[in-house]
Amino acid sequence: MWTWFHRLASPPSFFRFADRLAPWVGGLGFVLLAIGWTWGLVYAPPDYQQGDAFRIIYVHVPAAALSLGLYTGMAIAGACALIWRMKLAEVVMLAMAPVGMVLTAVTLLTGMLWGKPMWGAWWVWDARLTAELVLLFLFLGVIVLGDAIEDPRRSARAAAWIAVVGIVNVPIVKFSVNWWNSLHQGATVLSFGKPAITVDMAIPLYICLLATALLAAHAVLRRAQVRLLQREARTQWVKALRAQELGALP
Amino acid sequence: MSQWLAMGGYGAYVWASFALTAAGLVWMSLAASRARRNWFRNEDEDQ
Repeated sequence: MWTWFHRLASPPSFFRFADRLAPWVGGLGFVLLAIGWTWGLVYAPPDYQQGDAFRIIYVHVPAAALSLGLYTGMAIAGACALIWRMKLAEVVMLAMAPVGMVLTAVTLLTGMLWGKPMWGAWWVWDARLTAELVLLFLFLGVIVLGDAIEDPRRSARAAAWIAVVGIVNVPIVKFSVNWWNSLHQGATVLSFGKPAITVDMAIPLYICLLATALLAAHAVLRRAQVRLLQREARTQWVKALRAQELGALP
Repeated sequence: MSQWLAMGGYGAYVWASFALTAAGLVWMSLAASRARRNWFRNEDEDQ
């Protein structure tokens, strides 16, 4: 097991692993997304209070959960980069940032589209919403700093500090609805033990959640590959790969 | 069909949310795959 992990940490092994995995992960993600969205939009019953507007849950909740998951992953990778100076951890951390930023932006925008008909306002400076906005800026900070210094390793380490320090915002986003009076509703699906929605609403949501996770994983794998290619452009394995790829390209 | 599209009067919000998410997810996946492919092409031109 450890040998496998150790081998995976080498750039050429990770690149080949990502090449094998990414098409399956991306393809399955799109198939599950089509199933989840069709189920959620056509077959799930309307909510007794929110009516059909509740269906926004099928895009909003997966994006929100993944934005937190990706930030946590990014902070762990950042810690590994700072403590063990792992090149692959730097690459994975920087690959996660734009994906997390897209999903955070989707969370905020779909939340606004939910808030307007439910609360009567596109935006309120509520703890949950504000903390999610801070998350967007943290992702942005990692992206900007990740390419700010000419030496990519120094740049990645600077970005890793933001990722690690910013982790304090993740529990604030998650538990803000419990800690403070909030306009945002409490956890309905991801509350441990007792989800507050029925099974026929929950199953498509779990499918959408899995689909979004797979699509995010696909994007992270591909972005990590590009980062590796940029960093290792002068190495023998990249030169060999380039010759092979250019032979195959149309 | 039109009743379903109307989403009980919330159609604009529901469809805008799904359209926006679709755009985000498709861009996220395709841009990442394209970046990988383009790297080899651009490197070839730089040589």
